Amino acid sequence: MLYRRTFLAAALLLAAAPAMAQEKLSVVATFSILGDFVKNVGGERVMLTTLVGPNGDAHVYAPSPADARKLFEAKLVIVNGLRYEGWIDRLVKASGTKAALAVASKGVKARETKDAHGHADAHALDPHAWQSVANAKTYVVNIRDALTLADPAGKDIYAKNAADYLRKLDALEAEIKAAVAAIPAARRKIITTHDAFGYFRLAYGIEFITPQGVSTDAEASAQDVARIIRQIKAQKIPAVFLENVSDPRLIKRIADETGARIGGTLFSDALSDDKGPAPTYIDMMRHNVKQLAAALTS
Amino acid sequence: MYDFLIGPFVEFEFMRRALVGMAALSLGAAPVGVFLMLRRMSLTGDAMAHAILPGAAIGFLIAGLDLISMTVGGIVAGFAVALGAGVVSRMTELKEDASLAAFYLISLALGVLIVSLRGSNVDLLHVLFGSVLALDDATLILIAAFSTVTLFVHALLWRPLVLECVDPGFLRSVSRAGAPTHLVFLALVVINLVGGFHALGTLLAVGIMMLPAAAARFWARDTTRMIVVAVLVAMFSGYAGLLLSYHSGLPSGPAIILVAGLAYVVSLALGPVGGLRRYLVPGRHLEA
Repeated sequence: MLYRRTFLAAALLLAAAPAMAQEKLSVVATFSILGDFVKNVGGERVMLTTLVGPNGDAHVYAPSPADARKLFEAKLVIVNGLRYEGWIDRLVKASGTKAALAVASKGVKARETKDAHGHADAHALDPHAWQSVANAKTYVVNIRDALTLADPAGKDIYAKNAADYLRKLDALEAEIKAAVAAIPAARRKIITTHDAFGYFRLAYGIEFITPQGVSTDAEASAQDVARIIRQIKAQKIPAVFLENVSDPRLIKRIADETGARIGGTLFSDALSDDKGPAPTYIDMMRHNVKQLAAALTS
Repeated sequence: MYDFLIGPFVEFEFMRRALVGMAALSLGAAPVGVFLMLRRMSLTGDAMAHAILPGAAIGFLIAGLDLISMTVGGIVAGFAVALGAGVVSRMTELKEDASLAAFYLISLALGVLIVSLRGSNVDLLHVLFGSVLALDDATLILIAAFSTVTLFVHALLWRPLVLECVDPGFLRSVSRAGAPTHLVFLALVVINLVGGFHALGTLLAVGIMMLPAAAARFWARDTTRMIVVAVLVAMFSGYAGLLLSYHSGLPSGPAIILVAGLAYVVSLALGPVGGLRRYLVPGRHLEA
């Protein structure tokens, strides 16, 4: 009797397993950092696909037909918004997907960027909002709501996961503020290739100066490089940082010419792969702050 | 005036390095360009430049933006395509231009594929566009070495090279130097493109090779003079292009090639030899 019952239970479980796998909510996130948020909030309940993987740059990403297919099969598509993924609207249209589209940066106070001539252009918003942990918390809340809307049955799980993760983000923010406070105020400035740290600067007060514009599309001109070198010399900027998505040769040249120290790699737009130093958002922010503190405190 | 023309190079080391790099590149690439043009192989340079990409990409895949591995990879791929196209055109009925087109297109697609495999697609832009503003010692030495080799080979093989342009049939009848000369010349094309590729990227490297040569065509009939003019035009383009990039904020690689393009247009209009000038300024009639 007992034997038969066990057998039945096992059979039921076996039958149920594939069905449960199919019940997973299929979600597409556009890039690795969003993907990490979704993973933390959705946990086991979502089947996550990330379009632009680790170390990729979503600014200039060229979607493949496979991406359109992933979109078509998804129930929910989560994008950063703020015109970060310029290609997503066309891709959504082309894929013919019926998935709901959620904008993770909804409600974030967007930072306007200035063009090369210093005029604030109303249309140019800095999309790298996740560089401030406060904004990341908004992302997490938006993602929780979007997941709940797409999969109401998982409401409690999403709420619990999000609350846990938000607590971790609070701890992270306190950690970052403490680390920055330990750097002498006069030394809180660095040069880096890619202008993605505007929100970080606003939130934590480290000045980031860039040899390129906001987007990585443009090739640097001699004028840009000359301006940066002059600035490093004039303002005695102590450190130059490489980034995971731009031309390292140019930064080396600038460092050689000014005597500024080359800091480690800062991650801005993409996480590293699992073996790298920044496989998750929290690791990424921690890594960045550690690199900054190491180059600026000495 | 001094501040405008010379100041940037005095103040900034990277400008001096870019200038030296462009000068070295001009010395090697422009003569090769002249011979390419005289042999009606102008577009071959373009095809070869694309062919270099997968080799450089494999080098890039193995070692990142590393000078040596990308150079070796580029040279190997360039040779492979040049020789492959040559063999196909000799063994089959397909003409050399068609087989070259086939090889370089395959090569280009392969190159883009390989660079994309690495996952980070921005690096592809750096491979395609190079960075003349970021020349370090090793890259400068490499470019200068390639130019030196090019000049020596030209001095050594001057007569067969010129003869091959003028009358390959005659060269074949009086000497067996024809085929080796052709191979050595292709090798020069490849190494100069690889050198140019570090400074200007695969696409624009051909520009500093062909545009000065095409411009020089309008100033001289004599091969030697043509080469001198081409080298001067190329060097001027490097200098003026860097200044343009410095003062106007345009990206440097395209600025340099645009100046070379401008030099070509001006030569086309004003050059004394076979240009448009004979239509603009009718010469005197021959009188008895």
